[in-house]
Amino acid sequence: MHVTASLIIDTPLPTLERLADDALLLQWSEDTTNTAPIRALCAALREAALPWLRDLVPAYDSVGVFFDPRQSTASEIGAYLQDTLRRLPAGATERDAARLIEIPVCYGGEHGPDLESAATELGLTAADLARRHADGDYEVALIGFAPGFPYLRGLDPTLALPRLATPRTRVPAGSVAIGGQQTGIYPRASPGGWRLIGSTPLRLFDVERAPPSRLLPGDRVRFVAIDAAGFADRNEHDLS
Amino acid sequence: MSLKVISSGPLSTVQDLGRSGWRHLGVGLAGALDADAARIANRLVGNAADAAVIECTLQAPTLELLQPCRLAICGAPLQGRYRGADDSLLTIDSGRRFDLLPGRIELGRLRGAARAWIAVSGGIDVAAVLGSRSTDLRAGFGGLLGRALAADDVLPLGAARTDFTRSRAAPWSIRVDAPPRTAVLRYVPSAQPAAVALARREWQIDARSNRQGLRLSGDALPSPPANGISAAVAPGTIQLPPDGQPIVLLADAQTVGGYPRLGDVIGADRNRLAQLLPGQRVRFEAVSVEQARELATQRAAAMAALEHAIAQYGGN
Repeated sequence: MHVTASLIIDTPLPTLERLADDALLLQWSEDTTNTAPIRALCAALREAALPWLRDLVPAYDSVGVFFDPRQSTASEIGAYLQDTLRRLPAGATERDAARLIEIPVCYGGEHGPDLESAATELGLTAADLARRHADGDYEVALIGFAPGFPYLRGLDPTLALPRLATPRTRVPAGSVAIGGQQTGIYPRASPGGWRLIGSTPLRLFDVERAPPSRLLPGDRVRFVAIDAAGFADRNEHDLS
Repeated sequence: MSLKVISSGPLSTVQDLGRSGWRHLGVGLAGALDADAARIANRLVGNAADAAVIECTLQAPTLELLQPCRLAICGAPLQGRYRGADDSLLTIDSGRRFDLLPGRIELGRLRGAARAWIAVSGGIDVAAVLGSRSTDLRAGFGGLLGRALAADDVLPLGAARTDFTRSRAAPWSIRVDAPPRTAVLRYVPSAQPAAVALARREWQIDARSNRQGLRLSGDALPSPPANGISAAVAPGTIQLPPDGQPIVLLADAQTVGGYPRLGDVIGADRNRLAQLLPGQRVRFEAVSVEQARELATQRAAAMAALEHAIAQYGGN
């Protein structure tokens, strides 16, 4: 006899809020650090190939659910979501299934113009800050701000840095940065207020690729330090 | 099959009904800010509702038609001019279908509202990116090279039947109402304490508003201490930044935001958001979720009736 485990996850159920005529927000308690239910819920909903489902937006402690109001109603979908949450499989608490993506980073110098000042502010040497940043085991908590911009959870709390009082008008594509308790990567040149400690030569978002984003919500990420020559060898950014 | 931009106006972009399915990767909706207007303009020229159109802002473009095409404009009222290669003249107005032989249309400024949508038979046939032809200005893809239109751009058009032999205006049109002086925006309030206070004061549209959001100015609302944890937001979401001046998100908004949410402008009033001008006054009126749903149903029915009427008159 084949037995499938189906246990209830020991995590409080989220509250359900309206976001728009065609969107709901599932909000877990703010101090939750267990993202497994968020990942499992998104996987279960995608697996079910629901005709009303347009978009899922997983974040730190919430999931936005966008639907086609011609296919279903907010109350029906709300009930379906609560029911799905109650039936999430026990395996949902494991993170072993997450992909591990390595991101090469050239720290400091022209590739990380804020590394020195940030290190001084933290009472570290630049080399220590770079090493401790690269030692982290990160998870893509959400992708937002811009297409392909990963907000990474797992920054060593002693490396937290305030954002710039006046954001830069242009942060180069590939910049690896710290903003508050988070670290992230700018996929495309844009304005930004995070502290730039390094750069990756990888292109994080490309509409010609499938999927267009190199990182996906839930991925595990490790940074691998490279030197300027290594950066030049692997540079995928548009140099024009 | 193509048309050429002679002058673009301050912000003209290629848009369809927007992009969905990619919000988890940070890709927002984009698309016509008033999807209903884009849909009706398309129906007037015999296109599918989701064909790509030109969205223009404050000032409409001047376009050179390089072959015969059907054209219609919805949204803000305007008074434009068509001059054919054979020197025939027509006055171009909103809400009407035109059969036009090659020539130039000069559409001028929009009257009393911020935006209009120009549909051309066959649709603007730029390549679809991630399932949509809409221009995502912040991300720099979609539409024509991911950017706003500029003079000398040539826009490809899809195939369409244009077997008419002279330029003419259809003898019927859709009524285009003048926008009210003070717009009322209906919204479903969130549980935030400031959500109800939003409706108690009058707001003015700030000049820094754009396709990402309408910035409102007025007596500052008490801003609750934000936890700043980013979560999904949607077009229509009303955010309250620390300065107490609300922002109503539009189609080009980011997919996530960390400011407290005061609620959302209901779908039935999304078209009003698209038309507000800098300096214009707006009020908010709270409605229940049930009322929002009822209003959405009514609006969908009115739109379906309008599309049906256009199909009935289509041959004339």
